[in-house]
Amino acid sequence: MSLLDIENLSLTIGNTQILKDVGLSVAPGEVMGLVGESGSGKSMTALTVMRLLPYAARATGRVTFDGIDILTATEGQMCALRGDDIGMVFQEPMTALNPVKTIGEQVAEGIRWHTRATRAAAEERARQMLDRVGLPSAKFPLSRYPHELSGGQRQRVVIAIACALKPKLLIADEPTTALDVVLQAQILDLLRDLVAENRMGLLLISHDLAVVTEMADRITILRRGEVMEAGDTVRTLSEQLHPYTRQLAQASMHVPARPRSHGANPGNPLLQVESVTRDYPGRRTSLFRRAPAIRAVDDVSLSITPGQSVALVGRSGCGKSTLARMILALDKPSSGTIRFRGETVTGKSEADLKPARRDMQVVFQDPYGSFDPRQKVEKLVAEPLHVLDKKPTRAELREMVAHALHEVGLDQRDMDKYPHEFSGGQRQRLSIARAIITRPKLVVADEPVSALDVSIRAQILDLFAELNQKLGIAYLFITHDLTVARAITDEVLIMHEGKIVERGKTSEVLGHPQSEAARALVMAAPDLHRAIAKRMQEQG
Amino acid sequence: MTAYLLKRLAISVVTLALASMVVFAVLEILPGDPARLMLGMNASADQVELLRNQMGLNAPLVWRYLHWAGGLLNLDLGRSYTYSVPVIDLVRERLAVSLPLALIALALSTIIAIPIGLFSASRRGRAGDTIAMGAAQLGVAVPNFWFALMLIYVFAVWLRLVPAGGFSGWGAGVWQALKSLLLPAVALALPQAAILARVTRSALIEVLNEDYIRTARAKGLPYRTVLWRHALRNAMIPVLTILGLQFAFLLAGTIIIENVFYLPGLGRLVFQAITQRDLIVVESVVMLLVAAVIAVNLIVDLSYAVVDPRLRSRQ
Repeated sequence: MSLLDIENLSLTIGNTQILKDVGLSVAPGEVMGLVGESGSGKSMTALTVMRLLPYAARATGRVTFDGIDILTATEGQMCALRGDDIGMVFQEPMTALNPVKTIGEQVAEGIRWHTRATRAAAEERARQMLDRVGLPSAKFPLSRYPHELSGGQRQRVVIAIACALKPKLLIADEPTTALDVVLQAQILDLLRDLVAENRMGLLLISHDLAVVTEMADRITILRRGEVMEAGDTVRTLSEQLHPYTRQLAQASMHVPARPRSHGANPGNPLLQVESVTRDYPGRRTSLFRRAPAIRAVDDVSLSITPGQSVALVGRSGCGKSTLARMILALDKPSSGTIRFRGETVTGKSEADLKPARRDMQVVFQDPYGSFDPRQKVEKLVAEPLHVLDKKPTRAELREMVAHALHEVGLDQRDMDKYPHEFSGGQRQRLSIARAIITRPKLVVADEPVSALDVSIRAQILDLFAELNQKLGIAYLFITHDLTVARAITDEVLIMHEGKIVERGKTSEVLGHPQSEAARALVMAAPDLHRAIAKRMQEQG
Repeated sequence: MTAYLLKRLAISVVTLALASMVVFAVLEILPGDPARLMLGMNASADQVELLRNQMGLNAPLVWRYLHWAGGLLNLDLGRSYTYSVPVIDLVRERLAVSLPLALIALALSTIIAIPIGLFSASRRGRAGDTIAMGAAQLGVAVPNFWFALMLIYVFAVWLRLVPAGGFSGWGAGVWQALKSLLLPAVALALPQAAILARVTRSALIEVLNEDYIRTARAKGLPYRTVLWRHALRNAMIPVLTILGLQFAFLLAGTIIIENVFYLPGLGRLVFQAITQRDLIVVESVVMLLVAAVIAVNLIVDLSYAVVDPRLRSRQ
């Protein structure tokens, strides 16, 4: 007998059809993986079960949880279910907690509400739950506020809130997407243990096939609001009978073709970073005293030759973005030098930096946040051109923008559109067009594909590879995702707590990691092949 | 927290010192000789000169500023040119009317605005919201003296519930005095409440879209509980900011309202002092108002830290 049964669920918001005849079920103690790309309706399915849909949404069909018809239940019945029998964990741990309430208050609140327990009793249970999710009382007293915790710790608090009353069903909507791979593995372990302890049903929503394969007993693949394929996880993914399943699986393991690999050629290096250190002043503990400085980057040296593609891999907070900012001359090292094409960039004036800026561009992670929504593409893509010595005429400028758009696979007519008219993948193409318009020798890309769906991600990786081959652009990819490093880089640097702890050829380092930090990253990284093999072994 | 408090306090003191210089300088630049004004047009130049010396008006500018500022610190505000009594006595007497008036108005506007803001935000885009916000729009647009006249017409002239104006003094009974202050306070509060209600609504709507509201709903809390427990406190920062700014307008508003209701408050005092070139009274009252506004903003800054723990730990 199923715990949750969804039959013929259709959902419209206004005139837009979001879900069409969706069906799935979750049994007690079972993990159901719901997979799909962004906009496929995964989150809306979850919110329907919680009955937390937007005001204008209209749902038809049947959703039964534990014998209760969810779609016709009263709001009072739903309030009794939410947080008690059904818990939910969300994607973004940084914003999921109320900033003005302590973690103790937030975990205890649901317990008090549902059990009518006294404040002391509820706090006692909250304490136990926080211990259970790995936040021991010595370091994490109930009086901590969310801003004093890291992303991974906050996600543990959210899980504690959702599981405080031992729900029969837990809905986890992309619970690890915003976390680095090591944290992801820890959170997934925690969820797996909670399922086993309480025979809880888990509806795990993810765009990451490898994550779902590791976790789920059964899988439902959603596309544009419709179920494409459903069934046993291992069988579905090993047989890949449905073309869309095959497409997703292939995209998530995609390795772009790069026939000409640029090893470390002995010529002049393009970029040289020599024993660079960056200290941040410590927090002021009183009017006259400061805590000791925090060393974000510690004695890092590296070099990149023309056309080489290098990955800088590390967990969040390891100092990789700080290093990138110093390479881009957006921040100054506390000590050490950075040379670009043999010339020192540290300590130069903005005017003297112009030639270096022209040859060094950047692509950021978030294709939504990195454009001014009120400017047209022409202006956005042309932005870096102010570093040219001679100001181009309007016609020349349009010509250059058109060329750059063409190179990233967009139409030159897109020039007169605004950023909101593009999808996430197209916007990342715009970021790349903006980066290559000055014909740079080096592009620094900070998590350039981690916000994208697998199929879009494969296309963008192809584009990076193509531009590397065609224009000989060198890359520094900053990422916590080993599949990206594996797919597109020649060399990899593993960074841990401000230091480079391991370096070498990408295939060697990722195949046979030597340092503990590198091993942790490789072990934690979800990999579809490995996950399927492991699951098949488990099932015999 | 202590560092935050000390820093805010230091900023307030510096602001007050700067404001006192500006107030002093502006009144120095203004034309009109107080000695000439006190003696009348028929006085001889010698007589005027003698009085100027007596009043200390011929001393160097800096010395006069320091003398005046030092007096302020000792609550010695000098003597009024026109009433020939210590300014501090005038101010104290008038403050007994204006301070309760301003505080009642501030309390009223908060009490009216926040529930309307909550109501509108929770029914965003529906009929109740549209009506409430339409009324608020009207409240913003209509000047407070017109409200005052309407209130007098309805409650004093027609229903005869409260006096139409004047103030019998606190000696004649607290209830009687409060009755005289009620209409002016309402007239002062309504436009402020209208603005505050709009700010509360938009701050709440922004907060209601936050992820942690969804988390709170997923715990099983009913919508209204979430609104009160989670949304309101997070929406308080912009509301407090506007509240602090409004206090200055409230004080300015008393000048008009006290004239409409014939209330012997600070507003009327400063109005009369200006027409009579009683510069020392104008200076003193303006400084008092400046100090009040700075004090209120200091309280607002400190209440930010009470509302938001992130401000307490960031120093």
